[in-house]
Parts: sequence; C-alpha cells; structure tokens
Amino acid sequence: MKYLNEYRDSETAKKLSEEIKKITTRPWNIMEICGGQTYTILKYNITELLPNEITLIHGPGCPVCVTPLELIDKAIAIASRDDVIFTSFGDMLRVPGSDLDLLSVKAKGGNVKMVYSPLDAVKIAEQNPDKKVVFFAVGFETTAPANAMSVVEAYKRGVDNYSILCSHVLVPPAIELLLNSPDNRIEGFLAAGHVCTVMGYEEYIPLVDKFKIPIVVTGFEPVDILQGIYQVVKQLEKNEYKIENQYSRVVKKEGNIAAKELLRKVFETTNRKWRGIGEIPMSGWKLKDKYSGFDAEKIFDVRDIKTKESSFCIAGKILQGINTPDECEAFGNKCTPEHPLGAPMVSTEGACAAYFHYGKVKRKKFVNE
Amino acid sequence: MSKNEINISTGLNCPIPKSDYENVLLAHGGGGTLTHQLLDKMFFPNFSNDILNVHHDSAILNINNSRIAFTTDSYVVNPIFFPGGNIGDLAVYGTINDLAVAGAKPLYISVSFIIEEGLPMDDLWQIVLSIKSASIRAGVQIVTGDTKVVDKGKGDKIFINTSGIGLISEGINISPQNCKPGDLILLNGSIAEHGITIMSSREGLEFDTEIKSDTAPLNSLIAEMLDTSKNIHVMRDPTRGGIASTLNEIASSSNLGIQIYEDKIPIEEEVLGACEILGLDPLYIANEGKLLAFVDKNDAQKVLDAMRKNEFGKRSQIIGEVTENNPGTVVMKTSIGSNRIVDMISGEQLPRIC
Repeated sequence: MKYLNEYRDSETAKKLSEEIKKITTRPWNIMEICGGQTYTILKYNITELLPNEITLIHGPGCPVCVTPLELIDKAIAIASRDDVIFTSFGDMLRVPGSDLDLLSVKAKGGNVKMVYSPLDAVKIAEQNPDKKVVFFAVGFETTAPANAMSVVEAYKRGVDNYSILCSHVLVPPAIELLLNSPDNRIEGFLAAGHVCTVMGYEEYIPLVDKFKIPIVVTGFEPVDILQGIYQVVKQLEKNEYKIENQYSRVVKKEGNIAAKELLRKVFETTNRKWRGIGEIPMSGWKLKDKYSGFDAEKIFDVRDIKTKESSFCIAGKILQGINTPDECEAFGNKCTPEHPLGAPMVSTEGACAAYFHYGKVKRKKFVNE
Repeated sequence: MSKNEINISTGLNCPIPKSDYENVLLAHGGGGTLTHQLLDKMFFPNFSNDILNVHHDSAILNINNSRIAFTTDSYVVNPIFFPGGNIGDLAVYGTINDLAVAGAKPLYISVSFIIEEGLPMDDLWQIVLSIKSASIRAGVQIVTGDTKVVDKGKGDKIFINTSGIGLISEGINISPQNCKPGDLILLNGSIAEHGITIMSSREGLEFDTEIKSDTAPLNSLIAEMLDTSKNIHVMRDPTRGGIASTLNEIASSSNLGIQIYEDKIPIEEEVLGACEILGLDPLYIANEGKLLAFVDKNDAQKVLDAMRKNEFGKRSQIIGEVTENNPGTVVMKTSIGSNRIVDMISGEQLPRIC
C-alpha cells in the first residue's frame, strides 16, 4: 500500500537502526508524546532495533487515558437517562468510571451507540427528535476539528437536541508541565504528527528555546519513528536543540489553516483536568458562549459525582513517563484489559494496554528465534 | 470474593465474580479472553466429559466402530445480507467447515430458525434459497429443523442455528493436541475479509469497498489435503477472533510456541486499508472461508501444492511454524524485522479515537 509499505520496510528500518547505533555515544531519554506512536513502538517492538543507551518514555498523548474521571462518571450518568442517546468513539466505551463503564450502561439497557464520526451523531439527532443526542467529544487537537464541525453543522441545521460532552486537551501545555517537573528526565521529544497536521509546529518553537530541548515532529509508522529518533539523537549528540519535521509528507509548519479557523470559531482555551496528572492551566478547549447551547454539561445538571480511583493504579506516573507500566504492581494481575483499573489499560494507544498486548515485558519473556 | 477463593467444582456460585460483570457484555461473545472465561469457568467445568474436554471445533463420537464428528453453531450476523453472502449460506458453510476441519466428511445438517415478527417474507425466501444452494454445493442434506417466531423487538430479524454430523475415515487423526515442534503452518488465503465486510456494511461506516465476505465451504479443499498427506496434525477454521485467537488457542492447548511471519500472511490491499482507517488489527478479524493447517514439515510443500489447485486455496501460504521456544505463546516476526507477541484479544476490538 503506497505511503505505508515504504514506512514498514525491513531494509530501511535496518539501515536506520544501524545509523542510530553508530551515532549514539551515551544514554538518552526520549519521550514519544502520542499514544499512536507508543502503539507502533510496542507493536513493532522497536526497542529491539535501538541501542541500549536509548530509553523511550511513553507520553501522555492517549486521549482516552487523560479524560478526567468525573467526566466519565458524568457521561455514564447522562447515558443512563431514558431520554438520551449517548454516542462515542469506540475506545471510550470501556474506560472505567468510578463504578461502571459505558459498555456496562449499554448492557443494562442504556442507549449507547458507537459512531465513527461526530457528524453521524448529528444525523442520529435529526432522526430522533424526541431524544437528546450527546456526543462524547474527547481527544487532542487531532479530533477537535471534526467535533467543532459537528457543532457548527447542528447550529446551522437547527438541530437543538444535539450536544457534546467536551473534554479537549492540548499538547504544548502538557509538554511544558512535564519539563517543569522536578522528576523530569526527558531530553528530547517526538512530537505527535497528527496533532501537528492540524496545528502546525510553530507553537513548539518557544518550548524548544525555553527548555533547550530537541523536538522532532514524527509520524506513526515504524520507519517514521526510527527516523524521528535518529533526528533527536543526532541533535542531542551534537548538543543542538531545534524543531525538525520528520513527517513533512503530511505536516506543514502552519498546519491546516481552515481547521484552525474553525477551532477558533467554536472553542476557547480553558484550564483542564487531566486524569492521573491534575489540572493544567489553559490546557484544554471548551465551547464558546455562542455555542453553549450545545454543551452537555450545561444541558444536563449532573450532580453528586463522587469519583473513586483505584488505589492501585499509577496511571498518573505512567502518563508522565515517571514509571513504565511493568513497574506497576497491579500490571497484568489486578489490572488487565478485561479488568482495567485505569484508562491506559483500555485504549490500544494506552501504554499499559500496549505493554500488555505486545508483550515487551509480558509475564513471560520470549526468546528470539 | 477474590478469584482464588472460587470453588468452580460446586457449580452453585457464579464463578465469574459478580463485582466484575453483573451482566453479560457483547465481548463475552467476541471469541477473546472474555469468551474463554465463560467457557473455562462456567461451561466446561459444569458440562465436563471426555469428549467435550478435547475442545475441538467438533465433538468426535465413537459409535459402533464409526467415528462421527458432531457440531453446532448459531448465526446472528447483522446485516443479514452482505457482499459475498447472507446469513443463510453462512450458517451452512460455518457448520460444514467445523466438521471438515475435524477431518470429517460432512453428511447431514439441521437448520433452526428464530425469526422476528415482521421479517419480510421475501428476505426469508432469499435466505432459504441460499441455504438450499449452499447445501447442494457442499454436498450435505438438510434432514431436520425447527421454526420459532418471536415478538417484534425481541429478536433481530432472524437468527439461525445449524448442527451437523460427518464421518471420519480411518487413519485420519486431527486434534488440537497433535501439533508437534517443527510442524509448518499453512493458511489457504487472504484474511479478515468477512469481518471487514460486515463492519463496512453496518450503519455509520460509510466507505465504499469492493471487499466481499470469504464465506465458503472448505470440505472439498480439506478432502484433497487429506488425500495428499496423512501427516496433517491440526486443522482449525479461524472465524471469530481471527487467526490470532486460533493460533493462541492451539499454542496454549499444545503448550508449544508458534512463530509466524507478518510478510507471509496474505491480506488484500483494501482490507488492509480499512484496518488502517479503523485502527483494527487484521489478525483479530473474523474469517468464514479460511483454515489453518499444521502439517509435518516433510509433507508441507505437497499439501501446499494441493491446496493451491483448489478454488478456495489459490493464495495458500506457509505462514509460520511450531517451536519448542516460547511455549503457549504466538510470536510474530514483523515486517521491519523485529519480533512481537501476538496475544489473545481481550474483548471486542474497538475502533480508536484518532
């Protein structure tokens, strides 16, 4: 398949692996921000191709993982109502709330539907005028334009029984928080290619300068990731720091201007809680006043949310790259994809689930041929 | 109650802790670890006997010196009509394939319908005609059946159950426990087509594809394979849960390792494209006309040649081998040359957010 096969090619991967080994002279800690990249790293066991000196730290860029617990509990409360059709992308459905997840609400008779696009949720709202249709609008800058579009469309078409439960989060404030942390050990970043497809990478330049740290905008295929790592290591070894764009076949410096315009129209920045991490100032988007009629949190007066996190789960430390999933005492025993204690065990892009499925450090080690 | 305290032999307490699952979830029927939890904790211990405990696709019965394979399966596919087939031929071929992979020649099947009130008579007619032509094509007779109609809203158009029996010839011994280190693993063509067809025909997923379900009767292909070699140790049809789940089941029941090679597994471009868009792994997606055969390495090439001559085996490939390393585990050499574990899926695969 064009644009895929060449980025999964064993010869190219081997060459890059050798180049990385050649230029690496000392230990480096590199964080891949995005859960999609974590997934590729574990799925292709990319660490097998890296020198021992390089440690990959898995970042907080799993939208499912960082959605705050109280919002999931709110979603569950709203989805349990008889007058609601609750719509969501697939992988939010299994994220554990304090007591339940959305799939259990469905099993108990709640009207929970998996959709592939928020515009489909608007369509469902049009077809069901006697129901309130809510879409669970979570995610980073990547998913935000489609969610914004659904609100604009509903507004234009006068679909007043549609709303979104909004928990958008933004990458640059999270990077800043990680780098300001006294526990920080990250020396270089692979920035998330798809986030930058929307937003461009101008907003990362101040971070590079302030923290003197290399950031390479990187794609999601194994060869992309090896190339991104190569570019970061090259800078680190030369004691340089700059923004580079490995994913130039998709990402432009200025991003997608039309999408950014739409986002400006619909959303404004706000403080946002990240599950496991806490509140990060100006790290999220909420609906602007003009569209507040589509804000599910305002439409449904959900109170008495008493959240209860599992006492075993160290998701916060994993999302900040302080610990790896296998260092958690619940990993693989108390916490599995069937019984997730925390969100990173749910999504394919969550670090814990990726560790569990792709077995880098599974319960049993495997022998290479 | 912790899992360790459960005494499954009593059969009185629900062995799946209620705190975990108060209700049955869709994933309990997904063919992954939750399905296995139901089987291992509820069904097998309560129904235990020597025949069931083999955990084969068909039960093997010894009656008057004849070995008879017996199997049953229910079909609840939605939509009931899809590119490449419908619930009718699917129900016939599914049961026939379960008999054939046990090494049996399928002979007789039953067909039972649970129909929802309001199903268009014309739809039922189409389904019945498909069942008829599928049974003729596969060379089996429909010898008994049942019809029930439920209130509107209490079913989903139509559910079909088929059971079947077949005869196993002398000298044929196929069982999940027979796999041996060094066996090569053969696959009869490209994977994931049925699952992707069904997903792309469902409401809400509007992309046009040319992908068709691979629904097919495998008994003629299997008969030709068995004529070619007496050293076919295991055969399975990787339906629900895809080839990953089937390979894991065999690795775990034989306590041997399985090594497969990503670049040897045939997948159609369009299927791969759909998987990329949805964030699904084709190894876990259902097939309805595929089989995995574990063959002694000295016979593998001639079995492969025989398979490629059959209409349902043209794209057959040797995709891996059985190893003594990594017992109970499936390891795949990826396209970039690294190795990774292919795990049993835990629930249903859910399309990702971005």
